[in-house]
Amino acid sequence: MTDGVRDEWPLYEIFVRGKRGLNHVHVGSLHAADDEMALLHARDVYTRRNEGVSIWAVRADLIVASSPDEKDPLFAPAGDKVYRHPTFYVIPDDVPHM
Amino acid sequence: MTAPPVTSAAEAADAELVQRFEHIIARNDRIEPRDWMPEKYRATLVRQIAQHAHSEIIGMQPEGNWITRAPSLRRKAILLAKVQDEAGHGLYLYSACETLGVSRLELTEKLISGQQKYSSIFNYPTLSYADVGTIGWLVDGAAIANQVPLCRTSYGPYGRSMIRICKEESFHQRQGYELLATMMRGTDEQRAMVQESVDRFWWPALMMFGPPDADSPNTEQSMAWGIKRDTNDGLRQKFVDMSVPQSKALGVTLPDPDLVWNDERGHHDFGQPDWDEFYAVVKGAGPCNAQRIAHRKRAHDEGAWVREAATAFAAKHELS
Repeated sequence: MTDGVRDEWPLYEIFVRGKRGLNHVHVGSLHAADDEMALLHARDVYTRRNEGVSIWAVRADLIVASSPDEKDPLFAPAGDKVYRHPTFYVIPDDVPHM
Repeated sequence: MTAPPVTSAAEAADAELVQRFEHIIARNDRIEPRDWMPEKYRATLVRQIAQHAHSEIIGMQPEGNWITRAPSLRRKAILLAKVQDEAGHGLYLYSACETLGVSRLELTEKLISGQQKYSSIFNYPTLSYADVGTIGWLVDGAAIANQVPLCRTSYGPYGRSMIRICKEESFHQRQGYELLATMMRGTDEQRAMVQESVDRFWWPALMMFGPPDADSPNTEQSMAWGIKRDTNDGLRQKFVDMSVPQSKALGVTLPDPDLVWNDERGHHDFGQPDWDEFYAVVKGAGPCNAQRIAHRKRAHDEGAWVREAATAFAAKHELS
């Protein structure tokens, strides 16, 4: 076996749009030699039953991600701003359509 | 003189990681790939998911055996779709396993070298077309009973794979049952084929849930970690209770003289599979162990040039 084969094909993360009007949603991952093969494999692996009308394949090593830590200070600014939620405001029950 | 207890900063940090992990498990939340996890949790998951993935991949063989000899175009299309699904299920699970830091190649090599196992059910041969139906009904039925609770397993990627798989397995079981029902409406010879097939697969199907709880050393820890949600014996009971009315509707006899409804328990009593046979098959002495691995190795070796060509093509394309 050559080194080219021992080194695995790159990992792609696959996103599928279920139907028009919906976002692409992450469905899983797969290995492919190149972008075109990633799309073909994604079709075979993740849309055998009409699960999608559009596929995104993204090289996993190109994804930028936040830290998995729940205590990540990245999310701290949203933690204490209850006034950003509609339930923070008390409206009398007899006020309609609010 | 005794030395004062020393708690290094590293030890304290470790304790905090363990505590956070256990807190996530305790509130029934999911562990995700980049979370810290105990090494044994990771190793248990790798073993279980790899075994599961390998079962899907090896599981293509017993049924693939009949694709060229399907009795009609309809049955052939169904069987092709089903075997293709098994390949897909293997891929979902390999992907889940890779999120734990093992490579696909490593998994394939460990399957071929026998370091990792697959379900012993696939070491039994498929001798007639009725076996395609019986595998769908009983083997996929047992797999579903095993897999539905795993949709709630504590490791996120594993649970998500199981949800996809369970959706697709339902077709597998129904096509098998319908195949058998069709044969049961046929000739005496066809009915005899179905009964003979059920006689061969019933006990190996019960073995799919693993050894009795008393002999399953991993179960307790796996349940504490939320990897497994039910015990082997609990799932086996559920499967027997589901299968009995199905067998009656089909008109076949399940080959267990001890199988009887127990009003008090609200469950069926049933006999135990031959566990010596189970351990022998797991250790490699089943009728088809050598054949299954040899076939997988051949497919891997003979596909090497395709993988090499695709890699070369991609490299060339990238340069131009």
